[in-house]
Amino acid sequence: MQNSAFVKAFGLGLGALMVTACSSTGDINEDNSELTTKAETTASENNEANEVNTNNQVDPTAIPVDTDKVAGEELEAQAREAEAALMKQTVFYFDFDQSTIKQDGKAALMAHAAYLSANSSARVVLEGHADERGTVEYNLALGERRAMAVRRFLMANGASADQLEVVSFGEERPVATGHNEASWAENRRVVLNYR
Amino acid sequence: MVTRTLCLLGYVLGCLLAFSARAELVIEVTQGKQSAIPMAVVPMSWSGEGELPEDISAVVENDLGSSGYFRMLDQANMISRPSELDDINYADWRNLQQDFVMIGRIAQDASGYTVEFHVVDVAKRLEVLKHRVKGKASQLRDIAHYISDYIFERLTGIRGVFSTKLIYVTTNRERSRFNLNYADADGAREQLIFTSPHPIISPAWAPDGNKVAYVSFESGRSAIYFQELATGKRELVIKMQGSTSAPSFSPDGKRLAFVHSKLGNPDIYVLDLDSRNIERLTNHYAIDTEPQWMPDGKSLVFTSSRAGGPQVYKLDTATKSVDRMTFQGNYNARPRVTEDGRKLVYVHQRGQRFHIASQDIRSGRVQVLTNDTDLDESPSVAPNGSMVVYATSEADRSILAAVSVDGDVKFRLPSKYGDVREPAWSPIF
Repeated sequence: MQNSAFVKAFGLGLGALMVTACSSTGDINEDNSELTTKAETTASENNEANEVNTNNQVDPTAIPVDTDKVAGEELEAQAREAEAALMKQTVFYFDFDQSTIKQDGKAALMAHAAYLSANSSARVVLEGHADERGTVEYNLALGERRAMAVRRFLMANGASADQLEVVSFGEERPVATGHNEASWAENRRVVLNYR
Repeated sequence: MVTRTLCLLGYVLGCLLAFSARAELVIEVTQGKQSAIPMAVVPMSWSGEGELPEDISAVVENDLGSSGYFRMLDQANMISRPSELDDINYADWRNLQQDFVMIGRIAQDASGYTVEFHVVDVAKRLEVLKHRVKGKASQLRDIAHYISDYIFERLTGIRGVFSTKLIYVTTNRERSRFNLNYADADGAREQLIFTSPHPIISPAWAPDGNKVAYVSFESGRSAIYFQELATGKRELVIKMQGSTSAPSFSPDGKRLAFVHSKLGNPDIYVLDLDSRNIERLTNHYAIDTEPQWMPDGKSLVFTSSRAGGPQVYKLDTATKSVDRMTFQGNYNARPRVTEDGRKLVYVHQRGQRFHIASQDIRSGRVQVLTNDTDLDESPSVAPNGSMVVYATSEADRSILAAVSVDGDVKFRLPSKYGDVREPAWSPIF
């Protein structure tokens, strides 16, 4: 059971990376099916490989079983590492008065989506923030917009609505307190907080 | 006026809030009117025992000076300090080029303090104002503000707002503590009325001045609370899924406009405070927020991103029709309206800077009021429509500043510590 969950997650992770390479928008509902297909393909390829191995055992000189296992573990570890590395990014930044997810954050968000999809009990709070410029209430709405953009992206890539909670703090909780673009850029963000 | 007198006599509970020793905010006038009236406030005589607990004359002088309408004579330059009409030497004051002189006497008896004051017109050698005001020991500043209001209204024709109050939010650097404060309009007698580790934003006054609404994040997301000033009693106002914010009382106090957002789509709603019925007024995928009632109570102004960036719109509460009001620049938000309904005041981006601008509603003419400050936000208009208090940035901190609606008068209310934000100017009680 755990194994199949992993295969699914792994497949989604891989698929996610591939989708990242070719997609530019967050709303990619059609990619969902593609992702599922990808996962199935990966799983069935594994099965095929096993079948081939069984057939090959007719020849006593070929002992491919060990090699396959080693290769499999290597991939597993790599995938885990790749996904873990991507998931280390939990803060995503935005341009002034914008709530469009930037291209450079999408691979990491895909990894989060894959993780959420594979771990249905996982819950994450999407915390939207704005910089200090402009007005307090508009920034509250803007922070929510940003968190909602991330929510849509995660859902489009396999996360389910009940895993995602959106909250905005507007400009009330800056991480950088300077009154300059460097600080503002750090403050225009959505933070993923796993519960 | 009747209410005010009652206040001073101590019959109204709202005026009995405890006295606090030191003000956090102190007014510094940075720009006055060119046409400011030269006036001398002579320190009034004191016939009671011991030292007068509050320098009433100094408070009056500070009030009138900070308005920008008067240019006050420094006490050091006064040749004489009369307290009786007969002792006034008009020639002295004419030489000092003063238009008006205020003199007076403060006395104390078992019932409290009594101040009698006169204002004379130096050129006409004539007494123009004569008045008596009474109050308790805890009301000496109220007495002073009453005198200031009385003089201001009679000499300028504009209602004074020196007896009004401010509420505002203070925070520490780390944003780990948020305080909602209540103070005199000159920043004195600051009192903490609510404190929280979670953000507090958007304080708003009920028109009767007895209650305030504000947004607190104590539940984990923004929600509107009412708080009665006299009792401190709090109430979570709206129990809707999602978040609520941006409360604004209608001029008659019977309805509350607010923003409700569920799944990232903030829209304008109105709550009937008697029936508790809620009506949705906008339904647009863009951001709709920061509603504020027009003085007629029939329409609202609000901020919307429906044209891309934030702009100010007017909303008819009956027909729900929406009309755009601002057209200059890419960022116009958080509208406020003067009580005569003639001017719109809002946050306006020019280049990379954020200023407070006023717009004549009929002609559409826009005037940037605050060229000398940046990162300006949260404008709140005084109940006489003369001044706008707002939050701005100074030396890496957030402070309050004020500017007259015509841009002529400017003053700052710097604080000793922390960031001061989100001011809301009270109605005239």
